[in-house]
Amino acid sequence: MPVSTLAIVLVLMALSAFYMGRRRATAAQANGGYRTSSRPHHHGLYLAIWVAIPAALVAAFWLLIQGYVIDSIVLADLPPAYADISPDRLNLLLQEIHSVAGGGIVGREVDDGLRLLAERYHDLSMIGDAARLVLVLGLAIGAFVFALRRISPRLQARERVEKVIMIFLIVASTISILTTVGIVLSLLFETMRFFDKVPITEFLFGLNWSPQTALRSDQVGSSGAFGAVPLFAGTLLITLIAMLVAVPIGLMSAVYMTEFASPRFRATVKPLLEILAGVPTVVYGFFAALTVGVFFRDLGDAIGLDIVSESALAAGVVMGVMIIPFVSSLSDDVINAVPQSLRDGSYGLGATRAETIRLVILPAALPGIVGAVMLAISRAIGETMIVVMAAGFAANLTANPLEAVTTVTVQIVGLLVGDQEFDSAKTLAAFALALVLFLVTLGLNVMALMFVRKYREKYD
Amino acid sequence: MTDQAINESGSESVRSSTVSDDAFRGRLKRRHAADRRFRLIGLGAILVALTMLGIILVSIVGKGYTAFVATEIMLTVDLDRSVIDPKGTGDPAVIGAASYGKLIRDAMMAAFPEVKERRKLRSLFGLVSGEASHEIRQYVLDNPDAIGTRQAFWFPADDNIDMLVKGHIDRKSAEGDRKVSNDEIAWVEQLEASGAVRTVFNSRFFSSGDSREPEIAGVWGAVVGSFFMLVVTLLLSFPIAVMTAVYLEEFAPKNRWTDLIEVNINNLAAVPSIVFGLLGLAVFLNVMHLPRSAPIVGGLTLALMTLPTIVIAARAALGAVPPSIRQAALGMGASPMQTVLHHVLPLAMPGILTGTILGMARALGETAPLLMIGMVAFIVDIPSGVMDPATALPVQIYLWADSPERAFVEKTSGAIMVLLGFLIFMNAIAVLLRKRFERRW
Amino acid sequence: MSQALADRTARTGVPDDDIAVSGRDISVFYGEKQALFDVDIDIPRQQVTSLIGPSGCGKSTFLRCINRMNDTIPGCRVTGELFLDGEDINSPRIDVVQLRARVGMVFQKPNPFPKSIYDNVAYGPRIHGLVKNRGEADEIVERSLEKAGLLKEVKDRLQEPGTGLSGGQQQRLCIARALAVGPEVLLMDEPCSALDPIATARIEELIEELKANYTIIIVTHSMQQAARVSQKTAFFHLGQLVEAGLTERIFTSPEDERTQGYITGRFG
Repeated sequence: MPVSTLAIVLVLMALSAFYMGRRRATAAQANGGYRTSSRPHHHGLYLAIWVAIPAALVAAFWLLIQGYVIDSIVLADLPPAYADISPDRLNLLLQEIHSVAGGGIVGREVDDGLRLLAERYHDLSMIGDAARLVLVLGLAIGAFVFALRRISPRLQARERVEKVIMIFLIVASTISILTTVGIVLSLLFETMRFFDKVPITEFLFGLNWSPQTALRSDQVGSSGAFGAVPLFAGTLLITLIAMLVAVPIGLMSAVYMTEFASPRFRATVKPLLEILAGVPTVVYGFFAALTVGVFFRDLGDAIGLDIVSESALAAGVVMGVMIIPFVSSLSDDVINAVPQSLRDGSYGLGATRAETIRLVILPAALPGIVGAVMLAISRAIGETMIVVMAAGFAANLTANPLEAVTTVTVQIVGLLVGDQEFDSAKTLAAFALALVLFLVTLGLNVMALMFVRKYREKYD
Repeated sequence: MTDQAINESGSESVRSSTVSDDAFRGRLKRRHAADRRFRLIGLGAILVALTMLGIILVSIVGKGYTAFVATEIMLTVDLDRSVIDPKGTGDPAVIGAASYGKLIRDAMMAAFPEVKERRKLRSLFGLVSGEASHEIRQYVLDNPDAIGTRQAFWFPADDNIDMLVKGHIDRKSAEGDRKVSNDEIAWVEQLEASGAVRTVFNSRFFSSGDSREPEIAGVWGAVVGSFFMLVVTLLLSFPIAVMTAVYLEEFAPKNRWTDLIEVNINNLAAVPSIVFGLLGLAVFLNVMHLPRSAPIVGGLTLALMTLPTIVIAARAALGAVPPSIRQAALGMGASPMQTVLHHVLPLAMPGILTGTILGMARALGETAPLLMIGMVAFIVDIPSGVMDPATALPVQIYLWADSPERAFVEKTSGAIMVLLGFLIFMNAIAVLLRKRFERRW
Repeated sequence: MSQALADRTARTGVPDDDIAVSGRDISVFYGEKQALFDVDIDIPRQQVTSLIGPSGCGKSTFLRCINRMNDTIPGCRVTGELFLDGEDINSPRIDVVQLRARVGMVFQKPNPFPKSIYDNVAYGPRIHGLVKNRGEADEIVERSLEKAGLLKEVKDRLQEPGTGLSGGQQQRLCIARALAVGPEVLLMDEPCSALDPIATARIEELIEELKANYTIIIVTHSMQQAARVSQKTAFFHLGQLVEAGLTERIFTSPEDERTQGYITGRFG
């Protein structure tokens, strides 16, 4: 029975358990003639939970481990022909077994040894599936009988049901933690393996990045150079350009919106700026590559400057435009949080609006604005599509915004898209880059959140 | 009198100027000018931002609106029995295997009898899309009675011809600068003169999957892929996010653990999306061995990514429900869980749904994590489930943007317009929801 | 002096006052809603005038007309004529920046800027360009703090943030800040409502000292305070000026029964 059918059967069983439980509780209450804290539907839910949840947990667990168990059974007992097989080949062999057993097409003749293994795998899978079915359904029925016998007016069904719901809530709330742990572990794991092949010092301080080609055969890693400094420099250059565009424009927009604009102007312009924020990054990337890059190149031609069409300038400016609404909406919140009493104080002394903003509001909002800018920087560093589509791919250590540079995210995409051999230094390098990216943005985010929180506390 | 009053009150003052003298008035003028300048700078900043928005939209629409129409060329094709079914079997297998390309070529030669040279003939045949022979085949299979007759067909034009007819290729430019030769232009003009060229609504663009041939490539495969992915994302992230928010906002004790969860969620919301892609690659593909390029993996990855966004929105919505409601329910003897499930959660639901829709809109536009989990494959077939290989709309845009053919620029912009259409639709629903159910406590 | 003024002074029995501020037919609208109805009032120079009345009666709204702070509220409209030393402050010839330099204001909640004590006081003189150098600024800051009775307490920590002071000190800092610009009129909008009784007493003493040089208009919730600090009192009710005159008279023999009701605590 496939998993989806099993799931449907379980749901149906749980539903019928709910109705039976409710009916029985209704009958019992009618006979008993006294009221309890639990309503009949609590009893129904109680029964349904007993039927569905242990069975579903077991099914999920089984599903998760069956593959591994069968793999290891098959591998534990390989015929002598495969006795001294290398770990890499072993993985390949497993894949072949899977695909032959699943009736998949393999390009070449299947040899007998492989066919035997595949048959064994297939048989084991069948046994596993059958055992799962029996166990899960048995568990569901057993739990049903058990719980049905406990239903009585005295049973505190509501408390039990609520306890189960609470457990679900708690489990759900840990998923975000698990996500972070998952990110850290998966990045850290591959990064460690990368640093086995390439020394960490070369990665962090090396000036040469060319993961595709071997420079010298005796070189560490022997598949290329992994000095990431040009990527960091390129990322910083593009981020800097983006900030030069986004911070002044975003901040001044926010100032105008909060301090000068009429409510009607605000009501019209704010949604428009939100559109700018809602445009997917791939669209910005297309715009940067096709329109802005070419525009800057032609502009350069016209004034006698050599600007490549993949210049850092083009990518940076478009990224800046993307971040304008981000900066402006964060600053907007921050400026709005400056208490009206400070404005009154300043206006009451005869300050003009510009003076009030420059001398009172902006200084008061400064921590919040710094936080907003840090979040914006973090966003720019992690932005991928614009640079993938509009920035260069070759590592180029330069501070000239008219040249092409590459960034951390561009390289991650470049290293991982397309054919990948897991385990090669090239692939693992992407994880090391991603770890750097994660740590840097994490640091920025934590600091920004602290700034903003401090700021909020000050005026709340 | 005024000055006198000032002097009385501030007679002992050392200030070198008072608020009523001429120097003060002069400064006042400068101060007001500075104020106006400041205001203009602010207005200018907003105008710059809006201008950029305008330029982006205009450039996309300007490049892309022609993707919604397609050029077609009319050919009168002789459905020659000797080519299609020489033995007269009527067997669909025989009919299906016939060389329909030859019929098209014959029709072309009949239309332009003066073209003889081999090289020129080849480019002549290239006027219509390679798809034409499939269309004829399908037509003949559906209408076997038509064999032996002469029929006029409208075929999709080749992508370069399509560009030419739509005016994206300048007919007056030097021959070497354009993808279309002088001969081809002459033929097209001849066809145009005889009314054998038309542009029609490009239904193929909305109904077919990806293709290497721009003229028959469509977004439907990507739209369906995105749909499946969003379904997975929604089914996972919405319940988990609501449960997390309810726990944190209504039940969680204030301690280190819940503090950690809170900080963690705020951080996750700001982690670069590409990092989620690597998480998906490492966990869902390499550890759990889910199929590459499948919407389920994309959906799982995007679910983890949108989760914190929805949690934050949901917490805000729950927090906006006034405590008096909770006190009222608790005072009636409802349990804390009943209070939340019966009163607080329903009242917060519009806000939660708004946040969810906005999160889904963000997920729909997300590209980078999908590149990491192999959704960049070239996939022609329309996916029929969450386990089928598929691509997503933004990824399709990325793929087309990367294609060298001139015609794909138009397709890319067209696909962007479709994507923006979906996003505007989702945002409009969110805005309506907010307007309709917004409550001031 | 206009006819209305003559009538009123006849009625309140204070004919010889030098009038600093006078309002004629002042009405204030917030959008469609009218908050103040045709107020006629005269406020004497270098005395303390208190505006009393139940919450929402329009007394603060009227106060904010005098330095046109209502301009900063979107949708707020003021009609009528308000004279400061015979000049209509609502006329287009009046620069609101200059007006507010002449009419200082102290708010309900102390609102020092998040800057040092020194910079708080120097803020006004600096923006108005009233000081040319550090020395002048130092002197004006010192003098203003002295006048506000705060100098002794903060002399050694002028560079510390003003927000670090106690509530009462903050309010006196705000008074010093207002005095530093050299205003003729000082508006106080319930300046003691956020303070404890001791800090309130200090402010009241300060008001007593300041009235020698400034025209002070104070909005207060507390009738005792009005009785303690002011020479003239105006009673507002539901947006209307019900009665104005010598404080003593208003509290001992009010003419209007609404005033009577309010001061005897029947409503308010």
